[in-house]
Amino acid sequence: MLGIVRQKMLEQSLKKIPPAVSVLRSYSSAAKQMTIRDALNSALDEEMSADSKVFLMGEEVGEYQGAYKITKGLLDKYGPERVLDTPITEAGFTGVAVGAAYYGVKPVVEFMTFNFSMQAIDHIINSAAKTNYMSSGQISVPIVFRGPNGAAAGVGAQHSQCYAAWYASCPGLKVLAPYSSEDARGLLKAAIRDPDPVVFLENELLYGESFPVSDEVLDSSFCLPIGKAKIERKGKDVTIAAYSKMVGYALKAAETLEKDGIDAEVINLRSIRPLDRSMINASVRKTSRLVTVEEAFPQHGVGAEICVSIVEESFAYLDAPVERIAGADVPMPYAANLERMAVPQVEDIVRAAKRTCYRSVS
Amino acid sequence: MAFYSKNPRNIINNLKSKVGLWSLMKQSHGTCSYSSCLNTIHLHRFLPLTTLPQFTNPDSISHKKGHFPHFQRFQSTTTEKQIDSVPNGEQSQVLDFPGGKVVFSPEMRFLSESPSVYSQCYRVLDDNGQLISHSNFVPVSEEVAVKMYSNMVTLQTLDTIFYEAQRQGRISFYVISIGEEAINIASAAALTSDDIVFPQYREPGVLLWRGFTLQEFANQCFGNKADYGKGRQMPIHYGSNKLNYFTVASTIATQIPHAVGAAYSLKIDKKDACAVTYFGDGGTSEGDFHAAMNFVAVTESPVIFICRNNGWAISTPTSDQFRSDGIAVRGQAYGVQSIRVDGNDALAMYSAVHSARHMAVNEHRPILIEAVTYRVGHHSTSDDSTKYRPANEIEWWRMARDPVTRFRKWIEINGWWGSEAESQLRSSIRSQLLHAIQIAERAEKPPVNDLFTDVYDNIPSNLREQEKLLKETINRHTKDYPADVPI
Repeated sequence: MLGIVRQKMLEQSLKKIPPAVSVLRSYSSAAKQMTIRDALNSALDEEMSADSKVFLMGEEVGEYQGAYKITKGLLDKYGPERVLDTPITEAGFTGVAVGAAYYGVKPVVEFMTFNFSMQAIDHIINSAAKTNYMSSGQISVPIVFRGPNGAAAGVGAQHSQCYAAWYASCPGLKVLAPYSSEDARGLLKAAIRDPDPVVFLENELLYGESFPVSDEVLDSSFCLPIGKAKIERKGKDVTIAAYSKMVGYALKAAETLEKDGIDAEVINLRSIRPLDRSMINASVRKTSRLVTVEEAFPQHGVGAEICVSIVEESFAYLDAPVERIAGADVPMPYAANLERMAVPQVEDIVRAAKRTCYRSVS
Repeated sequence: MAFYSKNPRNIINNLKSKVGLWSLMKQSHGTCSYSSCLNTIHLHRFLPLTTLPQFTNPDSISHKKGHFPHFQRFQSTTTEKQIDSVPNGEQSQVLDFPGGKVVFSPEMRFLSESPSVYSQCYRVLDDNGQLISHSNFVPVSEEVAVKMYSNMVTLQTLDTIFYEAQRQGRISFYVISIGEEAINIASAAALTSDDIVFPQYREPGVLLWRGFTLQEFANQCFGNKADYGKGRQMPIHYGSNKLNYFTVASTIATQIPHAVGAAYSLKIDKKDACAVTYFGDGGTSEGDFHAAMNFVAVTESPVIFICRNNGWAISTPTSDQFRSDGIAVRGQAYGVQSIRVDGNDALAMYSAVHSARHMAVNEHRPILIEAVTYRVGHHSTSDDSTKYRPANEIEWWRMARDPVTRFRKWIEINGWWGSEAESQLRSSIRSQLLHAIQIAERAEKPPVNDLFTDVYDNIPSNLREQEKLLKETINRHTKDYPADVPI
């Protein structure tokens, strides 16, 4: 469905742009579609092929082809030494992977969900994030921690938390949150190639979503810069900043808002740490209004950080208070109706944007 | 599943008549540790059928894995052959569970929580430094023995002087290894420089052996400009890439799975080296110890785990730390060969680590060494251990069981050392140390920009900004900032 949304927007933008100027680079006219799952799988495959030091570890990544089939086919292709099925111990395999990274290889560790990463968080923070600093550059940790993050559908409190803010608060880590297949490929490749430890937050519900990908994206050398957000939709009335699945919701909200004459600019953060403060600020200086969207708990979240960044650097440009849309401040309930009310919906984003424009929301 | 009685002697008697186990036990030789031999008695689940000579199938492949049947996924054919040879009286029911064949018994017997005798401890030199008769050990040349002894004395002196420096307020913190010099130096001597060391924090002797200078130790403790750690860590958090000694971290037991990861990579790279990791009795309570031991057995990685069981984890005695018979017995629970060694016997330590290294590197197997010793000093300079243990107990271990004196006696007996050499060594080390401290104390501190580097591989823009702001603030308000920190 999102694919259709994309195509509609593409057609509209094509109509607006004079024929001399080329098509928006983000959506080239090549109609190839790729699911996030395939995007991640191909990125892993290509990086493992290009660098023999890259290896995968995690529960069920090998024989089972990955709990969510992200690592499908990789065991057969690269063998059990490079695709390691581990015993059930997040603390154990994370510690082991960090030790291997100290030695000089490049592990890509899969958490079945980032909720389980809490059992390994000491190794992520104290053994991975801080080590380059504590060893004053003697020990680098070129490791990637990846897996689904945030809410899925009907999985309850211990499988639904978003960890973006937790990891992004720690210096020494880089934290990425892809949205589209282009993001997934480019950012995962960048993460694997990066000498610093990277937390790569995927989304279970997006794995099956298809997005158009250009030939450039499909090339094995394709890579996106870490620390740069992307403007998914240009606008002038209000900035909506989001990451991961909420980018899709923000784009839908932008469509609804357009019918009411509000032209929203949607920013796909892509990188939570480092946060692309300059792009967000530049956008807010243009629109004067900001709505942040995240599925995570509100307190001490990504939205709060973005808000402070605006207050520190672009306060005079704001025409309205910053609106923060986040998940409900409760552990995720299981029942479908309750779950629906515990995460942001498109209507919440629309109403928030209208509030910043001092429009009635009824 | 199989059970057995609390009294293992019954089992021995039962088996003795049926399968001649005792005769096997007498025949079994040195590569099997004493504790693991004793524990053979408890192996009811994996009846040592494959180890009994009279049942050994010439095609059996189990011998290469040592005395215990090594159950791999596809070894059922070997075991099948053995089952045929089981005498009828024992039982005839065997079930093929995932992981191996298990013998049934109609008698309900619980596994004992502890052996009736503590697992034995390997020792070669007695308390007076005399070689125990019929001991087997790895011989040490005069050169190596004298080097070991000098390093032990250096470590002892280093600790004493730095401890005093902390008491004088010249450094903020220190941790001494008094009483554990043999563990430190003898283990280091048995390794090669390619073996990667993952320490806890009471093993500076390993660094010392490998060539870390007294000046380098002092620089780290004083956090000056020459400190390889750029003044970022507390004292005693040494590290050296070139000496293959990973930087000490304050977190307990986190280095244990790190060692496993590095060893796994060493194995893949086919290097002639292993990983070695040290930790105390307290560290074995951490989840990381358990996870790492399990992992290392499954991945068959070359790691030597050296546990310094010194009786105390700050104020927690081992009786409050665990209820197992120490650490070595746990190896078997994970499928790891283990040995208990007298940690104050430098020769025994050397032999054990030497043999362990050989097994680790050539057979790709992990080894767990429990070095039994005593923490003579306080946990650190922030501790006063007389508050929780008797002062005379500390004194007794310091004097009567001093590993340095014991080893000295042995090298003197061999005619390799004398009192003149002794006094010369001690005074030389002492003056070198005092000199190193003087230099380290007077040296400049690390510059302000070292605050911001190495957070990431490349310094990010926000940190560059902060650095600029900080320098401007310092320049504007110079009197508010220390004068000895270069900008």
